[in-house]
Amino acid sequence: MNKEGKKKIWSDYQKEIADDHFFYVRSCIRQSFFPGSEQFFLNLMRNVLKKDVYENPAHTTCTGIGYHSDIVPSATIMTVIARHFALMKEAGYKNIAISCVTSFGLYTEILETWKHFPSELAKTREYLYKATGREFDIPENLAHTSDIIYKFRDEIAARAKVLLVNKETGEPLNIVEHIGCHYAKMFPKSGIGGAEFPHVLSGMIDAWGGKVIDYPERRHCCGFGFRQYLVQANRGYSVANTAKKFSSMKPFKPDLVLTNCPGCSMFMDRWQYTIKEMEGLTYGVNGESVPVLTYEELAGLVLGFNPWDLGIQYHMVQSEPLLRKLGIEFDPGDKFKTKDGHQMPLPQNLINV
Amino acid sequence: MSKNVIVIGGGAAGIEAAGQLAMAGYPVIIIEKGQEIGGHLLDWYHLFPDRRNSVEVVSYLNDIAENRNISILKNRQTEKIERNKGNFHLRTSAGDEIEAGAIVVATGFDLFRSEKKEEYGYGIYDNVITSADLEKMFRAGDILLKNGKAPSKIGLVHCVGSRDEKSGNLYCSKLCCVTAVKQAIELREKLPSSKVFCFYMDMRMGGAHYEELYLEAQEKHAVSFIRGKVSEVGVAHNGSLVIKAEDTLAGRPIRIELDMLVLMAGMEMSEGGRKISSDLHLSTGSNRFFSSIDNHYGSNLSNENGVFYAGTCTAPMSIPETISHARAAATEVIRYMKNTGK
Repeated sequence: MNKEGKKKIWSDYQKEIADDHFFYVRSCIRQSFFPGSEQFFLNLMRNVLKKDVYENPAHTTCTGIGYHSDIVPSATIMTVIARHFALMKEAGYKNIAISCVTSFGLYTEILETWKHFPSELAKTREYLYKATGREFDIPENLAHTSDIIYKFRDEIAARAKVLLVNKETGEPLNIVEHIGCHYAKMFPKSGIGGAEFPHVLSGMIDAWGGKVIDYPERRHCCGFGFRQYLVQANRGYSVANTAKKFSSMKPFKPDLVLTNCPGCSMFMDRWQYTIKEMEGLTYGVNGESVPVLTYEELAGLVLGFNPWDLGIQYHMVQSEPLLRKLGIEFDPGDKFKTKDGHQMPLPQNLINV
Repeated sequence: MSKNVIVIGGGAAGIEAAGQLAMAGYPVIIIEKGQEIGGHLLDWYHLFPDRRNSVEVVSYLNDIAENRNISILKNRQTEKIERNKGNFHLRTSAGDEIEAGAIVVATGFDLFRSEKKEEYGYGIYDNVITSADLEKMFRAGDILLKNGKAPSKIGLVHCVGSRDEKSGNLYCSKLCCVTAVKQAIELREKLPSSKVFCFYMDMRMGGAHYEELYLEAQEKHAVSFIRGKVSEVGVAHNGSLVIKAEDTLAGRPIRIELDMLVLMAGMEMSEGGRKISSDLHLSTGSNRFFSSIDNHYGSNLSNENGVFYAGTCTAPMSIPETISHARAAATEVIRYMKNTGK
């Protein structure tokens, strides 16, 4: 494989990412599934990188899941997103930072729609004004939060306490990067590195010392795919997609899967449990399952934060084997304690424990 | 008024047009960007449909270039072209200053840059090559993978950068199908134990004896033709290429492991042609090739008096078509020179 060829493609797909002063919009599901990720993004940006990030508690879901399930019409979702732009305008911000890949895809799609169909933009302005009395501006800069971490990956590397290297062997960890379909497949120019060989996550892995695994089903959907999961009768498709990906990556002995999309993180994690229960199959080395982390969680580990403060214990596939490889010390007793030290109920049937 | 004619491009079209003009008594100056004349033929092995060695055609062009009315300026590109009282004044990148009464544009084509079809991984995956790369292997005498072994399963992908809106090329490059058939036969002959698969949208075998070659590939050489485009390429742990495609006749997606994948790169307007187009204000079509003033009886005529087209700078053409088009261009130039008293 020729990395120079990839670099050529990456050079064709670079985008402007703002340096500071972000208006942050959260995901509706990330806070439930990986509760430390968004909190750590704010901590990293504000306290480590000393950036100004503002969030308004009045912002809402983008309604993307409803939109992709055909229960929210396009005029509605455009108006909801226009309201977020209005909140941003009222707070004096021009750069929007979006936590969710589904939302990021929709923001991108809507801005493209307004560019090609100005009448839709005019209608959205009218709907928002009639409904709320608000007005909005188009953001000057739109970025997914993985874009922002990518932008600051070298600053993070410079502060790294832990590199993505197996402490015992000295070899870089084998890391699979999985990019959410809605990040760049619809609009390759909106993603760093384009749609075929995205660089947004592989750039972080490279910068932090790991080895990126390219496997045949790298581009394949994680199995979320909205209808595949939301329609109960289709869930077999969802599991089958995940199984296809993991079967394809298994020969490369992955130590970790890194994702930038809430659905991907959730399904590549949870379905490993399901497949293990159904078929007895695992996809990591030594019969283990493969931890699936978000880019915020991985950045936090690299920077030496306590893994339990990052919330990595809330995945189904536990990360202890990964932490041992990285040489990260942890106290198992603190794993499910609240910040003030109270023991929470212990979850059952976790894997990799 | 100058009797000189400048021919820009020393490929098949440029040399043939120059030869015809030289025989009619006009001094011809050929501007060639490379070290040798012959253009893409210099890199090709055998030509379709009769699989004649391209060396023979290059030799024919070299014989033409021996005409004492022809002078060739190699390793040069056009720097500037101006009109001056009915003549053209051209300066080359080497500083030559040439006056001429007419110009024949024979800037040919460039192969589509296959790395633009990112999903095929050309330039990234070791054993994804282009049709042009394969011709070089044929000429060198060895068909080898990056690891030095001979491939046993080879795929050829038609229409790479042709009939493809995403690539910005809606047109058919016309010669890729027959080139794929020729190359598939040659692969089977050189590697008899190999399996060869062609992934196509339609088989466009419009030239004389092309269809016969297609039948020969199936019946005599057992080449498998799969109607469907390749959607993506990856690499398995054992280093094989993993190809995803659709078999539209069977109505199902397919996944196949191959050792080598050959991309049949389409033809595009050349970079040199684009520069000339800008310098001389020559019209181009939606396909970006030069646009003639009449498609039926004026395909050599440009929108600028005294500037003529020859060969694949106007559209994809085979060698016989290119030669015929170049001869027609010479006829138009001679008529123009006589009518303008040159």
